[in-house]
Amino acid sequence: MQFFGGSEISPSPQVPTASGNNAHMMYVFNRNGVCLLYKEWNRPLHTLNPQQDHKLMFGLLFSLKSLTAKMDPVNADKGNLGVPQLPGQGCSFHSFRTNTYKLSFMETPSGIKIILVTHPKTGDLRESMKYIYGLYVEYVVKNPIYNPGSPIKSELFNTALDQYVRSIS
Amino acid sequence: MAAIYSLYIINKSGGLIFYKDCGTKGRMDTNDSMRVASLWHSMHAISQQLSPVYGCSGIDLLQADTFDLRCFQSLPGTKFFVVCEPGTPHMESLLRYIYELYTDFVLKNPFYEIEMPIRCELFDINLSQAVQSDRVALLGR
Repeated sequence: MQFFGGSEISPSPQVPTASGNNAHMMYVFNRNGVCLLYKEWNRPLHTLNPQQDHKLMFGLLFSLKSLTAKMDPVNADKGNLGVPQLPGQGCSFHSFRTNTYKLSFMETPSGIKIILVTHPKTGDLRESMKYIYGLYVEYVVKNPIYNPGSPIKSELFNTALDQYVRSIS
Repeated sequence: MAAIYSLYIINKSGGLIFYKDCGTKGRMDTNDSMRVASLWHSMHAISQQLSPVYGCSGIDLLQADTFDLRCFQSLPGTKFFVVCEPGTPHMESLLRYIYELYTDFVLKNPFYEIEMPIRCELFDINLSQAVQSDRVALLGR
């Protein structure tokens, strides 16, 4: 079996493929903010060291969720700003776009947050992220040796993930 | 021109200088709207830090379950953002039009102090006209 990706400790070398690779990087966090997985495929710019980067990303998402729950124009009963929201409670965002990247976000009821950073012209990745969550369940959760809450070190998961992400257009 | 729920204008430092709510539910009081505006200002800045490539200018579009948030940042750093229905078209041109109204009726007003809350009647009138056409459709639901 040919491995395309490395572990999450070192960034994967950029492998030129025929279909190209749209994705820049990917994060998976659990409900406590522990970064379970960080994969990097194409990231020319590193502003912060990895720990600060993960914390900043988690903090940004936490605050954005709080913001969208408060700004929701449809629901009349909203909590106060800054009150931690349960997964699924309140209006949550699924993506945001800047001029250089698009960030797609999905939170499961168990608090697992999957973040994909891609090219700005990428379409709606909600179905893709559900599939990635399916891969996570199959290769990580169902692995009896895996300790929940610890970083993911499964080679099978990494390979399947790389193959799938490269196929997203 | 288009159906929007609310419009915010924030100055360079993140302070709210204008807030207009056209929606029926989900109205916020002044304090909450100021907090939300400051929060957005910070999120906009943080998103630039997390960019994988150079030259990021912040969030243009945020898509949530029940609304879209579109942001336009002018060259001096003033941000205009609207909360609208998901998939509303032509929001970028509406934001640029609002920026034109801002430069014409607010910045060119000799009595207006820069970075202060906007209290210009003509700006309000023209802004209402710009969003009026779809407001009836929005309230009718």
